[in-house]
Amino acid sequence: MIYLEYDNSFEGLLTAIFEIYAQKIPVAHIRKTGYATPLLFTETLIIATDDQKAERVWKKLYDLFGKKGVRTLWKAWLSEDEDIDDLILETVRYGIELKKNVLSDFGNIHVIHLQQLVKSVGREKHRMEAFVRFQLTRDGLYYAVISPDYNVLPLIAPHFESRYADQRWLIFDSARKYGIHYDLSSTEFIDLTPNEMMRNYSPVPEALGEREDLYQDLWNDYFRSTNIPSRKNMKLHTQHVPKRYWKYLTEKTPRF
Amino acid sequence: MHERIREKLSILADAAKYDVSCSSSGSNRKNTNKGLGDATGMGICHSYTEDGRCVSLLKILLTNHCIFDCAYCVSRKSNDIKRAAFTVEEVVDLTISFYRRNYIEGLFLSSGIFKDADTTMERLVRVAKKLRTEHRFNGYIHLKTIPGASDELMHEAGLYADRLSVNLELPTERGLKLLAPEKNRADMIKPMGFVSNTIISLKDERKVIRSTPKFAPAGQSTQMIIGATPESDFEIIKTADRFYKDFSLKRVYYSGYVPVLEDSRLPSLASQVPMLRENRLYQADWLMRFYGFNASEIVNDQTPDLDLEIDPKLSWALRNLAVFPLDVNTADLELIMRVPGIGVKSAYKIVAARKYAHLGWESLKKLGISVNRARYFIVCKGIILEKKDHSAEAIRHMILGTSHSKYAKLNVIQTSLF
Repeated sequence: MIYLEYDNSFEGLLTAIFEIYAQKIPVAHIRKTGYATPLLFTETLIIATDDQKAERVWKKLYDLFGKKGVRTLWKAWLSEDEDIDDLILETVRYGIELKKNVLSDFGNIHVIHLQQLVKSVGREKHRMEAFVRFQLTRDGLYYAVISPDYNVLPLIAPHFESRYADQRWLIFDSARKYGIHYDLSSTEFIDLTPNEMMRNYSPVPEALGEREDLYQDLWNDYFRSTNIPSRKNMKLHTQHVPKRYWKYLTEKTPRF
Repeated sequence: MHERIREKLSILADAAKYDVSCSSSGSNRKNTNKGLGDATGMGICHSYTEDGRCVSLLKILLTNHCIFDCAYCVSRKSNDIKRAAFTVEEVVDLTISFYRRNYIEGLFLSSGIFKDADTTMERLVRVAKKLRTEHRFNGYIHLKTIPGASDELMHEAGLYADRLSVNLELPTERGLKLLAPEKNRADMIKPMGFVSNTIISLKDERKVIRSTPKFAPAGQSTQMIIGATPESDFEIIKTADRFYKDFSLKRVYYSGYVPVLEDSRLPSLASQVPMLRENRLYQADWLMRFYGFNASEIVNDQTPDLDLEIDPKLSWALRNLAVFPLDVNTADLELIMRVPGIGVKSAYKIVAARKYAHLGWESLKKLGISVNRARYFIVCKGIILEKKDHSAEAIRHMILGTSHSKYAKLNVIQTSLF
C-alpha cells in the first residue's frame, strides 16, 4: 500500500494525482503532511509540489469536469476532511475511467460523499457571510474574527470585496491563524501578529472607534426589540444559530 | 442623546416586527464604482431572533404615530403606547452603520400614517433617495407602500427601492371592513397595479434602451393576517393565487395573528398564535410556487381547510392515490416532485443520477429523501417495501405513527379556535 504525502496545498494534491498516473500506481492513498498513516505494510512517497505537473492535471480535470466541476473538487478539498484527498482521487479515477463528468452520479458512493462535503462547505461559507461582525477600530479598519468549521476564507473573500468596496476590512480565521485583508484596491491573504491592542485576536476596547460602542448597543437593542416573545422557539433559534458561533456575534454577547 | 436614539429604535423596531417579510433576495443591484454594498441574487439571514425568525433587514417604522384605528394593529390611534419618530438622517445613519458592520442586508422601512398617504410616502421615499444618491448605497431597500399614495410617488419609490409592498392586511374585503373600516381594498390594489404595470413596461423598454433605470428589481410582495378573522384556508389561498397571477407578486406572506389588543371583534388575548396553520399555509404556497400545483388541487369546496395533522402535499397524495406508485427511475420530473418525502432539489438529483444507473433505496436515502414517507408512493430498483395496497387512511396512520410533529402539542388547541 502506497501513501503519497503532500504539503497541504491544492497544487500538491494535483501533483500527487499526477504521480499516481505517471508511475501507474494501482492502489494508492493520499495524505496531507502530518496526518497519521498506518505503520505496517505501507510505503510513503513524499510529493514535491510541482506547478507544471499540477497545471497538467488541472487542465485534464477542466476538460473532464468543466470549470464548475473543478471548483467543486476544490470546494470539497477546503473541507479539510480526513478522507477528502482519497475521495477526490477516487472521483477523478472514476471520471477518467468513464471519460465523463461523473459529479452528478449521486448513486456512486465516492461522488455522493464528496458532494455532501461540498454542501457542508457551501453552508459554512454562507454562514460566515452572515455571521461576520465587523468592529470599527480607531484607525478606520473594520475588523472581524471567526473560526469556521472549514477553511472558507478563500470562498468568502469575493463576496466581501464586492460588498464592502469603500471600506478597509480584515477578517481573521483564529482557528487557522490567517486572515484576508482588503485595502480599498485588492484583497490579500495575511498573517497576523497580535500586539497589546488585541486579546484572543479581538481588539481591546481602547482600540475601538469612538461610536463603536453605541452601534453595538443599538444593534443589541434592535435584536431584542424585533423578537416576538409569544412565538418563542429556542430550538429553531439554535438550529439556525448554533451555539459554537455565538462568541463572535455581537447580539449574542452580553453587553456591559 | 444616545439614550434617546436607543429608545426610539426600541419603540420603532418593536412596532415593525409584526410585518413578517424578511426577504432580501431576488434583486440584481451590483456595487458599481466602489460604492457601498450590493444586493445580488441570494439574500443573507444575518441572525435569528429567539422566536426563530430571520433577521436580514433593519425593519423599523419611520414613526408609530398613526391616524388610523385598525383593530389588529398595535400602533392604532386609540392604543395607549409610547410614540416616537425618526428623522430621515437617523434612519440613514442607522442603516449605513449597521450595514458596514455586516449586521444587515439593508433596510425595510414602513410607517404609521401620520398626516395623509402622500406625506408619509414622501418621507419614506426621501430616506431611500438619500441612501442611494448621497451615500451610494447599493444594499437592499424594501419600502412599504402607503395605500392611496400617488402614482408619482410610487414611481419615485420604485426607482430607489428593490422591493415595494402593500399589505392586504386581511384575506378578504369582508374582514377588512370589520377590523379596519377606514381602509379599503381599492386603495391597496391601485398602487399594486401601478407597480406591476411599470415593471412590465420598463422591462419592454429596456430591450430597446439599455440604460432604462431599474424599477423595483426585486418586485413586490404583500401580507395577510391569518386567524384574526374567520376566513377558510380556501379563501386565503384563493386570494393569494389571484394576487400572484394578477400582479405577478414575488411573495405573499401569511402572518399568524399575535393577540396584542383586547377587542370584541378579535380572538381573545389568551388565544394562541396560529403558528401551525401559518406553517401549513406556507407549505401550500410553496406547492403553488415551486412544485407546479394549482391552488384548486390544494384546497377547494370539498376540502376548504388545510389538514393540520399532515402537510398539504401528503394530503393531496392521499386524495389522489391513483397516481401512485411511481417508478422513480422512469417517471417525469414533475411527477417525482409530487411524491411526499421528495423535495425539489432531491427530485432534480434523482433525475440527474438515474442517467448513470438505476437507483435503489440506499441511494435514495443518501440523496436525502424521506423514505419513511416516500415508500408508500414509489417503486425503485431492488426490493418492494410495500407489497400491499394500503388505503389512504392506513397510510396516514402509518406516517403519523413514525413522525413527530414539532407542533403536536399545539394541534388540539388550534383546531377549536373558531
